[in-house]
Amino acid sequence: MAEQAHPPKNNRSILHSIAFRNIAYQLLLVAALAFLGWYLYDNINENLDRQNIATGWGFLNEPAGFDISESIIPFDSSQTFARIFAAGVLNTLHVAFVGIFLATLLGITMGIARVSRNWLVSKVASAYVEICRNVPVVLHVIFWSSIIRLLPHPRQALEPFNGAFISNRGLMLPFPVDNILYPWVAFALVLGIGGALIFARWARFRREHTGQYISVFWPGTSIIVGLPLLVWVLGGAPLTWDYPALKGFNYQGGISLSPEYIALLIGITVYTGAFIAEIVRSGIESIHRGQIEASRALGLRHGFIMRFIIIPQALRVIVPPTASQFLSLTKNSSLGVLIGYPDLVNIGNTSLNQTGQAVEAIAIMMLVYLTISLTISIFMNFYNKLVAIRER
Amino acid sequence: MVDIQSKRTPPPVAERVPAIRWVRDNFFSSAWNTLLTILIVFVLFEAVPAFFEWGVLNAVWGAQDHTSCRSEEAGACWAVIAEKHRPMLFGLFPYEEHWRLLVALIIFISVICITLSRRFWNVKILAPLWIANLGICSLLMWGGLFGLPYVDTQQWGGLPLTMVLFTGTVVFGMPVAVLLALGRRSHMPGIKATCVTFIECMRGVPLITILFVAVNVFPLFLPQGLEFDVMVRVMVGMAIFFACYQAEVIRGGLQAITRGQYEAAEALGLGYWQMMIRIILPQALRVCLPGIVNHIIAAFKNTSYVLIIGLFDILSATTAVMQDPLWRLFTIEAYLFVALVYFIFCFALSKYSQNVERWLDEGRR
Repeated sequence: MAEQAHPPKNNRSILHSIAFRNIAYQLLLVAALAFLGWYLYDNINENLDRQNIATGWGFLNEPAGFDISESIIPFDSSQTFARIFAAGVLNTLHVAFVGIFLATLLGITMGIARVSRNWLVSKVASAYVEICRNVPVVLHVIFWSSIIRLLPHPRQALEPFNGAFISNRGLMLPFPVDNILYPWVAFALVLGIGGALIFARWARFRREHTGQYISVFWPGTSIIVGLPLLVWVLGGAPLTWDYPALKGFNYQGGISLSPEYIALLIGITVYTGAFIAEIVRSGIESIHRGQIEASRALGLRHGFIMRFIIIPQALRVIVPPTASQFLSLTKNSSLGVLIGYPDLVNIGNTSLNQTGQAVEAIAIMMLVYLTISLTISIFMNFYNKLVAIRER
Repeated sequence: MVDIQSKRTPPPVAERVPAIRWVRDNFFSSAWNTLLTILIVFVLFEAVPAFFEWGVLNAVWGAQDHTSCRSEEAGACWAVIAEKHRPMLFGLFPYEEHWRLLVALIIFISVICITLSRRFWNVKILAPLWIANLGICSLLMWGGLFGLPYVDTQQWGGLPLTMVLFTGTVVFGMPVAVLLALGRRSHMPGIKATCVTFIECMRGVPLITILFVAVNVFPLFLPQGLEFDVMVRVMVGMAIFFACYQAEVIRGGLQAITRGQYEAAEALGLGYWQMMIRIILPQALRVCLPGIVNHIIAAFKNTSYVLIIGLFDILSATTAVMQDPLWRLFTIEAYLFVALVYFIFCFALSKYSQNVERWLDEGRR
């Protein structure tokens, strides 16, 4: 500063002590928050009393009195609110898990396609990314929902291949009839995955100790696929398909996906897939060309370069933002309320209207989503630690 | 890093690649690549002409009767937009007063364009401009002065309502975001913990639940007789949600500022707020400007969530209009139109954000 230096002030006063001020500010904040909390609590009690709205969690044990269109656990309207909320949570998790899986596949494919040297491939991928991420997810969901509504009735359903039907009642697919052998096949699959993991471990141990590189991909895949296949073939290869068939107004049998589920799933998958594609692209582009050239100069094979040079470095850039995309996909699954998919928010909203207990219903929704978000971020943090740079 | 070019040296001459080699390198460099090319060409060959036929050749363009859209050979029914664009774009606003909204939109969008261009980045220009802009736009929307009939916020709708929600979210949200980001970086544990908890809780729940709180629970928190307009409540809810995401972006910017800047500011005898406002924030916000613009785009898209709680923004106005049984079959066309509106706005902003990144890089070189 150009001015003259101020004469030293007399800073003895306790008001000028930084430590004192810091404590004072924090106490003030706590006091303000406490007052705000008390004030709101007081108001809400008074308002609820005046409007004769019951409080507390007692309503969870009362019969819900309304039905839902689809549920993983069996449900009818005489069962309790607690159970219908559980059904809603399961529906949310169901669509979110499938959505995360599909969006990741779509995102990785499109992200790699965007950096392809093939002009056509990269242009198609960037058209997808630009169109889908610049339109709100709400519009995505209701757009797909209205497309499905325009599909033909079950009687004129489209049949892309034998036994599959697409109509405005959703998608019907044939499904294998349950057989006594299937649990054993599943067990063999688990065993196969375990075996593949052990094999990978051994291959790594061997590489680190002898320098001999053993490819894991093909032996691993063949263990995972082969073992269940072997069990199935040895058991006499039982397979009967349950085909959906038109009975009355709708199809019976097979497996069916409701139109609401499909619309929500396509909407959130396509939207989030575009964001993941961008993340994957930036991850790949973050790898310096020199890395690849250096690996080639060392005489490494293409697959080896991908597996040990490019992917581990790209993952460090890709994982953290992808985790937040998974979170946002899960939160966007709450758009089920728009199109009638019975997810948590939809059920919470109906319960809110039925009981009038807005505070409790919304609190349940928020707590469940907070729990899901925290779980996903803890899991992703753990994964992120796995791929992060190990500094010695 | 690699690209160290001063302005004086001309860029290297681009290699002229013969067309045939370009085609070979691009489309047929390997068996896998050739297969992909053939596959995409096949799909495009199937889809593009069909889409063109549906959307252009056989489409019904004029504002004819809905019956002409229903004939067998009719493709897309763009007539639905000619017929319904007024309620779609302007919602329930009185029909004779729609010109006011049009004028307000034109002024508002021009002011946004001016704000975005680097030439006008000066508080002395922008502050009066925005005050005038908000004044004129609210006058046009509310009316009640100069012989303009008064229009209640209940009747606001369509694209102007989207813009109002968007502006409100960003204008209220940005200061809150800065405060939250500073609070999260604070050395006082009480303040830091409060901000962290608040930010993480808001980021952990979907926007819908916050809107539900704004609509259903917030009135219960107020003493009897005190009420806020539902639009204001929703706007505040969106602003807080926006602020929590933006605070994380700004925190990233704050972390990028070196310690030396803080120490220099303290050595000059600046207090906390002066140091932040004059030294740290201008640099931090500049660093994270692309991220800020990305979240502003997200805020624009998020305004469409009001469909769930029954405010008539452009999307919900369209949904409501499309309940008309005569035109119901042509909902897809109407939604495509709305999607185009959102796309133009968001795409322009995202291209702008890329430009900003380039400017920042220029400065760094």
